[in-house]
Amino acid sequence: MHEWALAEAVVSTVSQIAEREGLRRVTEVKLKVGELQQIEMEILRFALSELKRSSLLEDTEFIIETEKAELTCRVCGHKWFFKRIEIDENAAEAIHFIPEIAHVYIRCPRCGSPDFEVTRGRGVWLESIKGAKQDD
Amino acid sequence: MDAEYGLKALRVRSKMTDPRISVIEGRLKKVNSILAVSSGKGGVGKSLIASTLSLALASKGYEVGLFDIDFTNPSTHIILNAEGISPTEENGVVPPKIHGLKYMSIIYYSGKRVSPLRGVDMSNALIELLAITRWGSIDFLVIDMPPGISDAILDLIRLVKKTSFLMVTTSSKLAFETVRKLTSLLLELRVPVIGVIENMKMRESSFIQEQVKGMGLRFLGEIPFDYSLEEAIGDVDKLLKTLFAQKVEELAEKIISQPLRN
Ligand SMILES: Nc1ncnc2c1ncn2[C@@H]1O[C@H](COP(=O)(O)OP(=O)(O)O)[C@@H](O)[C@H]1O
Ligand SMILES: [Mg+2]
Ligand SMILES: [Zn+2]
Repeated sequence: MHEWALAEAVVSTVSQIAEREGLRRVTEVKLKVGELQQIEMEILRFALSELKRSSLLEDTEFIIETEKAELTCRVCGHKWFFKRIEIDENAAEAIHFIPEIAHVYIRCPRCGSPDFEVTRGRGVWLESIKGAKQDD
Repeated sequence: MDAEYGLKALRVRSKMTDPRISVIEGRLKKVNSILAVSSGKGGVGKSLIASTLSLALASKGYEVGLFDIDFTNPSTHIILNAEGISPTEENGVVPPKIHGLKYMSIIYYSGKRVSPLRGVDMSNALIELLAITRWGSIDFLVIDMPPGISDAILDLIRLVKKTSFLMVTTSSKLAFETVRKLTSLLLELRVPVIGVIENMKMRESSFIQEQVKGMGLRFLGEIPFDYSLEEAIGDVDKLLKTLFAQKVEELAEKIISQPLRN
């Protein structure tokens, strides 16, 4: 996913959760970013800081953790990690937009199968949100 | 610190919350109607109808998007001869225009290579594209669907609530049976079905029409088997001059003149 579109998605989800939980302010958001999508952290952080201008997210700290992309072959059981340097530039770019494109370009290094599962580190996930609620 | 605001600290564990879902509705906010061209079967003409319908709507002056979500077997790029175009990046992805259509397909990313995707991968790819694609303000978004009761159908029902379905069948009982099942699911879930098109008609028979009407659905019309169609694949000017296109244009008229949502 494109970093700006992603940041927009994160801000929108956090706002929805905050509203549902009755949070007045969101103080901390923990995000997990999988390496398969090769998110540019600088751009993501910048986009988040630009988009969080609403009062709810004004002083939110975004804690972003990356997760290695682990691929597991469904045919032979082999597990390996995605490494950008091992694949061609165009393939990496395509996987950045649609991680499932990995099945187009990547094969199991042991048996050659495209039938693998991305067992960890595919996309972007929200881990937790910390905020303050009106005392009642 | 929180106490001084009279607020109580709270931590919400949102583990596994997928942020993509929340932006999809917003991305499609300025899309007036979404038409998913579907069938229980493959090979009934969904891709040709979706492409030609999009062109017909665009020629009437509407702003139209065409979204090919048959990820393992995309076809519309061949019909439209969409080569040498790619989306631009701008706070997401903006589809390029071809023959007046805003056009999106997995081929921008996979090229001509095979995409061996499982159902869950297709679902993820669809969610990703729905979340990043900026269609902007358009009148119609035509979706070329994969065949069957696929993940794509379930995802559109779940995530794109304003989708209406347009069913395609051939004159065969076998094709219609798949359409009947798929349609009954949509009706059960109160998803709008615009109507049924009978394609590749080769001889007189009112079987499909009667079945469709028996289900309380609109029979949108029939398209004869057109021997000149194969020649026109990849040549839009030629395609628009076929009898097939003329029939699809008549269908487009019917679709426009009818309120899509009931
Ligand atoms: N009305 C028609 N007359 C002749 N051939 C047709 C007609 N409609 C579709 N076809 C042909 O049938 C085949 C399947 O069409 P396609 O649009 O790819 O179907 P689907 O998307 O449902 O799998 C194509 O070769 C197409 O040219
Ligand atoms: Mg098709
Ligand atoms: Zn293997």
